[in-house]
Amino acid sequence: MAIFIYENTKLIVQGMTGSEGTKHTGRMIKSGTNVVGGVTPGKGGQSVEIEGKVLPVFNTVAEAMAATGANASVVFVPPKFAKAAVMDAIDAAIPLVVVITEGIPVHDSAAFYAHSVTKATTRIIGPNCPGLISPGKSNIGIIPSDITGPGRIGLVSKSGTLTYQMMYELRDFGFSTAVGIGGDPIIGTTHIDCLRAFQDDPDTDAIVMIGEIGGDAEERAAAFIGEYVTKPVVGYVAGFTAPEGKTMGHAGAIVSGSSGTAAAKQTALEAVGVKVGKTPSATAALMREILNKKG
Amino acid sequence: MDLFEYQARDLFESHGVPVLGGAVAFTPEEAEKAAASMGGRVVVKAQVKVGGRGKAGGVKLAESASDAKEKAAAILGMDIKGHTVHKVMIAQAAPIESEYYLAILLDRANRNFLVMASVAGGMEIEEVAHTSPEKLARVGIDPNVGITKEKALEIVKGGQFPADVQDQVVDVLLKLWAAFVAEDATLMEINPLVKTSDGKVVALDGKVTLDDNAEFRHPGHEALVDHAAANPLEAAAKEKNLNYVKLDGQVGIIGNGAGLVMSTLDVVAYAGEKYNVKPANFLDIGGGASAQIMADGLSIILGDSDVKSVFVNVFGGITACDAVANGIVQALQILGDKATKPIVVRLDGNNVLEGRRILNEAAHPLIQQLDTMDGAAARAAELAAK
Repeated sequence: MAIFIYENTKLIVQGMTGSEGTKHTGRMIKSGTNVVGGVTPGKGGQSVEIEGKVLPVFNTVAEAMAATGANASVVFVPPKFAKAAVMDAIDAAIPLVVVITEGIPVHDSAAFYAHSVTKATTRIIGPNCPGLISPGKSNIGIIPSDITGPGRIGLVSKSGTLTYQMMYELRDFGFSTAVGIGGDPIIGTTHIDCLRAFQDDPDTDAIVMIGEIGGDAEERAAAFIGEYVTKPVVGYVAGFTAPEGKTMGHAGAIVSGSSGTAAAKQTALEAVGVKVGKTPSATAALMREILNKKG
Repeated sequence: MDLFEYQARDLFESHGVPVLGGAVAFTPEEAEKAAASMGGRVVVKAQVKVGGRGKAGGVKLAESASDAKEKAAAILGMDIKGHTVHKVMIAQAAPIESEYYLAILLDRANRNFLVMASVAGGMEIEEVAHTSPEKLARVGIDPNVGITKEKALEIVKGGQFPADVQDQVVDVLLKLWAAFVAEDATLMEINPLVKTSDGKVVALDGKVTLDDNAEFRHPGHEALVDHAAANPLEAAAKEKNLNYVKLDGQVGIIGNGAGLVMSTLDVVAYAGEKYNVKPANFLDIGGGASAQIMADGLSIILGDSDVKSVFVNVFGGITACDAVANGIVQALQILGDKATKPIVVRLDGNNVLEGRRILNEAAHPLIQQLDTMDGAAARAAELAAK
């Protein structure tokens, strides 16, 4: 197993005919993902050839699902059109939509997230995320597939490049699934959703959770770990030394006052038995220790 | 982007939210003129994006236009919690009977919007929220439904507003929601919302935060940016579309991805403890680092006289390490003699071998390559201490 994406994941790409969409469709096909088509409103009926594969283009996600049996979608459309694309995916009741697009207005994210809650048939991952990979099975988004292979660690992170860094640090162990959930104020899938899925996944032995300063998502995740997770969890929070009151890139990474600091998050995580590393390499060393003990 | 009070006032007014007369003034003379045109008593209010200005003496009542000029002269130039006052708002004074609180904001925990409302408004609202939470109504708003008249009534009742102002507060709520949506705000707070002695409900002070991601559908928001406040290096970076924050250390940092760059700051800060050096900045070059972006980034960082060494930390995902390496080499050609500080580079990920080969071949005297993030951070810290 793995979480969210598997060997049988059939993917459509919304925005496949755009330059970003085409580029990443090629990368996903090369890394073994079963891409079955694309969606670009107004270009339905055409087809494009990417990496030697001829892919049909549809006007809507519903049409694409009916014709191809797709069960997942990835969104590469620009911020202006992202809300319509995600709404289309939710209306089609596709089980999974992964939103890579960066810079979507939060009113738009709030609207499509609320719509997904009402319909209750679609999981959204992102927006503003690198996607997710179940190495050797499926890769949706922009995570490089050659960092490491399949293994038994589950990883959840707000940040893309920190996901890559951590996969690289633990490349000799490999991963069941690594999920980049995105750093925006409103995201479809949270740390908690991933922790629950990893806990329930028989092929995941241990979990790395990467957080960032700002908000209280890590604190809430800590409470959830205390209640639900029995597998070992190792944590890292970027921004231990960040000054207060500065925004650094991700809308989420804002520190104001004492809550939301890396230290507060560390305290919350350690209170439920999570070992927290001060740097990516120290965090990887903690995980290494746990896995070596398990033998 | 956070707005000044006078900008929030104007925005409220343009959406029909009731406000009193108000005008911004940059000099005592402008303050006098504004006060004269309003007539009667006015309040002179420092315009700074920080709380506690009242206690700091940044809000003063003026009896006449000439008094407003004097009060403005006293407030302009004042330092409030590290913020220099460059402008004041001249606001119509009103006899206040009651102070209420009203806010609409993004609720990250519940992933929707939230209205907070209370009859116990004013300076102590945070205290009220802590000690008597029952006095602060909190009502979640479905973004696809919004604040309907029924919802507004529920909020007003929950906030325990007296019967004689309920209709007016409902009206304010409906207009505030319309403004919140129309302007792509993440926060619109009215504190206090007051009842004047003639029974009118008006917004006396407001805080507004607008979503930067929504700029593409609000060309007008550009005019609200406070260019004066930005650090000159930050302003230069913004012009080049670089995500840069100036800090007060000596090791310049360039990386790709906000999380990795923040992590780089941590690793450098730890490595720097031994040498008493710290990160000088946050700079995220994002995905697809071209030679030009790298040159822009390097030139900003090398333009910071506090910087003694630079650490370029890239994990190539989409970004290919060979492109980054070429970027560094070309950036140094563009910068020529202006580049004088040692640059420690750590590359990993997409096409790393080619990237390292390019840098080795260039054999630039300023460039040192290290294989790990920890090792490179330690070297950069050591070089900054020299």
